[in-house]
Amino acid sequence: MNRQLLSPYQHRSSPIHGLPPVWKCAGALIIIFIIVLAPRFAWAVYAGMGGGLVFIALLSRIPPRYLLKRILCLEPFVLGVAVLSLLQADGLYFFLSVLTKSTLCLFSMVLLAGSTPFSELLAVLRRLRVPALLVTTLALTYRYLFLLLEETARMKRARQSRTFTSRRGQAWRSPALVTALLFIRTSERAERVYNAMAARGWRT
Amino acid sequence: MHIPDGFLDIKTAMISGALAAVGLGVALRKVRQQIPARRVPLIGLAGAFIFAAQMLNFPVAGGTSGHLLGAVLAAVLLGPGAAVIVLSSVLILQCFMFADGGVTALGANLFNMALVAPVVGYGIYRAVSGLVGNSLRGRLCGIAFAAWCSTVAASIACAGQLALAGTVQWSAAFPAMANVHMLIGIGEALITTLVVAALARLRPDLLDEQTEPARPARYGELAAYGLLISIGLAVFIAPFASPWPDGLERVAVKLGFEHKALVTLLGSSPLPDYAVPGLKSVMLSTIIAGCAGTLAAFVLAYVLARFLTPAEAGKRIARARESRP
Repeated sequence: MNRQLLSPYQHRSSPIHGLPPVWKCAGALIIIFIIVLAPRFAWAVYAGMGGGLVFIALLSRIPPRYLLKRILCLEPFVLGVAVLSLLQADGLYFFLSVLTKSTLCLFSMVLLAGSTPFSELLAVLRRLRVPALLVTTLALTYRYLFLLLEETARMKRARQSRTFTSRRGQAWRSPALVTALLFIRTSERAERVYNAMAARGWRT
Repeated sequence: MHIPDGFLDIKTAMISGALAAVGLGVALRKVRQQIPARRVPLIGLAGAFIFAAQMLNFPVAGGTSGHLLGAVLAAVLLGPGAAVIVLSSVLILQCFMFADGGVTALGANLFNMALVAPVVGYGIYRAVSGLVGNSLRGRLCGIAFAAWCSTVAASIACAGQLALAGTVQWSAAFPAMANVHMLIGIGEALITTLVVAALARLRPDLLDEQTEPARPARYGELAAYGLLISIGLAVFIAPFASPWPDGLERVAVKLGFEHKALVTLLGSSPLPDYAVPGLKSVMLSTIIAGCAGTLAAFVLAYVLARFLTPAEAGKRIARARESRP
């Protein structure tokens, strides 16, 4: 799970990785806007964009298996919403075009995330004058996400190794207790983080 | 409920994006004014906490499992403004790093899950806990009801956006989203209440930290969010609410038939002039069903809160004294 979240190919070197992050962001956004704004049944546009994205993927030297896995991981969510569009006249065409559109957009986002470290995206946001509080929150969320995920996994393992049997009523209570404990640990950690940040001269 | 790219047209994306941006801007401003620097890291870490908590699975019947959404939990623990920021940062991160939820749909997703869900939830939580009493029981009852309502409200806003964009018809989107999320909302209410009850037992000070200070200042903030949300609902849902579309119309015709069949079966019509237009009665029955569902959710919330909070010790002693001869 964590392995997949961690985007292991962000720090490779390739013509795509070497581009300035602003260009990459702008490029991804332009591609997505073209795909989204294209008329519903403009299959030629989709094919062209798909070809372009495959070319970029080859240039970026990210393993195709990893890209495919990431896209397939997210496809169920797309399908879940797309199925609703079947329930109308010409539903199948709507379904197919919507599916193509969102799969192509997913592809470009996975490529962007795979070739750009999050800190560079944050630098872009800062340059775009996004309020500092939001950028700080994003940075802290990303920084501590993996730590807290590991902490959760540790707590889960500890509980499982101590709980001999789990009764029916316990099945909901114990994850809730883990969540509550996680929040307590989070707020205690936040206090320590604040002290460390303040000691190093941090201001809002 | 994450809308991917390609499902919204430019108009819907722009409107919801503008509403979400204004809402987030208000939240950032208010939080900077109200919250001391000491609590800023907590807001950042709370984003990671919500993210991690969403990965914990709760077993549901039949081998499936659900997870926490966390909007009301964040609003109760941190206050509405901070909750808007926390949930927004989770959604932005999911969008850019994990490609979950589209870039062009980011505004819509932010509006549904980072503005409607926590703010509606917080408003209901305050209203209910004020009504039932500000004890732990009243607060848990408010939290359970608010968690259910916020999930349903966010899903209805989502259905409205999909319908306004023309991707999905309202008659398909609304019942599908609302029905599914009425069930999901029960799970969300249960989890959120259990978590807060556990927190109240372990560290009650963490619960009280945000509720006490700066109470009067909150109303202006809530009013601003409320205005944004009502504009959104007016744009996304109002166009569909008046001409009730075909799916329900079909049901209406069916119901009308059944009514007629019943009348002929009875042999005589008790009220010959009593011609109920099928459409209107279906609308009415939908409204009544909605109200009944909401009421049932509230009663369940109250029962859950009673179940989780034992009678206060003082009262128990008093009762014991009374019962003694």
